[in-house]
Amino acid sequence: MAKKQEEKIVYMDSKGKRLDGRKAEELRPIKIQAGVIPMADGSAYLEWGQNKVVAAVHGPRECLPKHTASPYKAVIKFNYRMATFSVPERKNPRPSRREIEISKVCGEALEKAIFVERFPNTEIEITAEIFDSNAGSRISALTAAAVALADAGIPMRDLVTGVSVGKAGGKILVDLSKDEEDAPDAVDVPIAFLPNSKEIVLLQLDGVMTKKEWQQAYKMAWDAAQKVHELQKGALKAKYGNNVKGDEKK
Amino acid sequence: MISDLWDLRVDKIVAELKEGRRGDGRKVDEMRKVEIINGISENADGSARVKLGETDVISGVKFTTGIPYPDSPGEGSISVGVDLLPIASPDFEFGPPNAESIELSRVVDRGIRESKAIDFKDLCLVDGELALIAFVDMYVLNHDGNMFDACGIAALSSLLQAKIPKIEGNKIVKGEYKGKLNLKFRPVLNTFAKIGNTVVSDPTLSEEKSMTSRFSVAVTEDDNITAFQKGLPGAFKIEEIDNAIEIALQNSKKVRKLL
Repeated sequence: MAKKQEEKIVYMDSKGKRLDGRKAEELRPIKIQAGVIPMADGSAYLEWGQNKVVAAVHGPRECLPKHTASPYKAVIKFNYRMATFSVPERKNPRPSRREIEISKVCGEALEKAIFVERFPNTEIEITAEIFDSNAGSRISALTAAAVALADAGIPMRDLVTGVSVGKAGGKILVDLSKDEEDAPDAVDVPIAFLPNSKEIVLLQLDGVMTKKEWQQAYKMAWDAAQKVHELQKGALKAKYGNNVKGDEKK
Repeated sequence: MISDLWDLRVDKIVAELKEGRRGDGRKVDEMRKVEIINGISENADGSARVKLGETDVISGVKFTTGIPYPDSPGEGSISVGVDLLPIASPDFEFGPPNAESIELSRVVDRGIRESKAIDFKDLCLVDGELALIAFVDMYVLNHDGNMFDACGIAALSSLLQAKIPKIEGNKIVKGEYKGKLNLKFRPVLNTFAKIGNTVVSDPTLSEEKSMTSRFSVAVTEDDNITAFQKGLPGAFKIEEIDNAIEIALQNSKKVRKLL
């Protein structure tokens, strides 16, 4: 419990090193692998620091129950779920209000990237199961889900790349860890981009920040997101590298 | 659910906004008229009714005792809920809260909680064992768009009215109070709709039917940001976000004068 010793914690030392030795703009180690669930239409496994998530896609397929279907587009059903053992205190298996909200905003972020209008009356179900977490799990889920959608061969405008920025101990930092999120002045800002058009498809914030701090955080988020985007592309190339008929080959 | 009739209205709204005109004649950064009536329920520990244009919300605070969360044993808490009553819109029906209403109440909660306006330590009764929890429950009576801001203002107004009940033998004494709940800040939620390539402040229901995405920001009187929420499948450019924050800082000042 960080709160008891809040006076003593130094979130960044004189050499610019954070609690876990990272620099302000440094991400935790990220590993992404495409195609890990044979029964799914597309899938991905992602490790982001201690966060571990499997994302899988089923669809486009018949949208059930039928009243949830749309005659205009495919309905995106995104499920962000945390395993009961993925957090320090056992989580109730019932979907929490937090999980329902995250599922909603992450699904909406992905929908912008997908050509949903090509698949009326269908659903695309995406499930991201978190089985270990340490701050930044929604961003991990979203980043993995984008790779899983591409792996499923679903036509997309772009990948969706998530990253989190924030503040701890008065410093603007990229990719906060749980210890940093427990700082008394902590601010957490998950952001997701369409990296090719630089559009923002997910943006949340909680904590107290000035407009100036936000603008600095945004710049750091964009720079970090490009690194994550490269890793997403790398995961897809590792699976499809020799078979892809991309634009560059024409 | 978009009916054919709505489709026609949406086309009109999008076309008019391209020329910078809104259906009710407002400027793109202009809010509707806000009306706040305090003390609408004598049984509530604090209450308010807020009308934002035609959107109408009632909010009441009730304190109950509860066990503090294990990760914050010395603190009480707030809990925000919004009920979308079927009288408010043909799109609403009775039943457990859906994702829309959960998002709405969590964003309202976030704006107030994260501003640190309420010192939750004030609500602790016995460390690790007993604390006061302020339930802020809202009912939407009429939905003409922007329930986020209407609920945000209603929650804040009712908390500003709230009195902390007297405690005897770890129980609440009904009808007796030990003082008012102290709020250090007044965080105001400001919601924007992106329609075509235009971002408008405080969307009406017709504008919400036309929007591709939504952005909310809560700000305090010392110009700090305390919450963001982007929703729906559209996207925002960073310039649009920064501009929205600037408008939010200005519009919130007008709202605070009414509290």
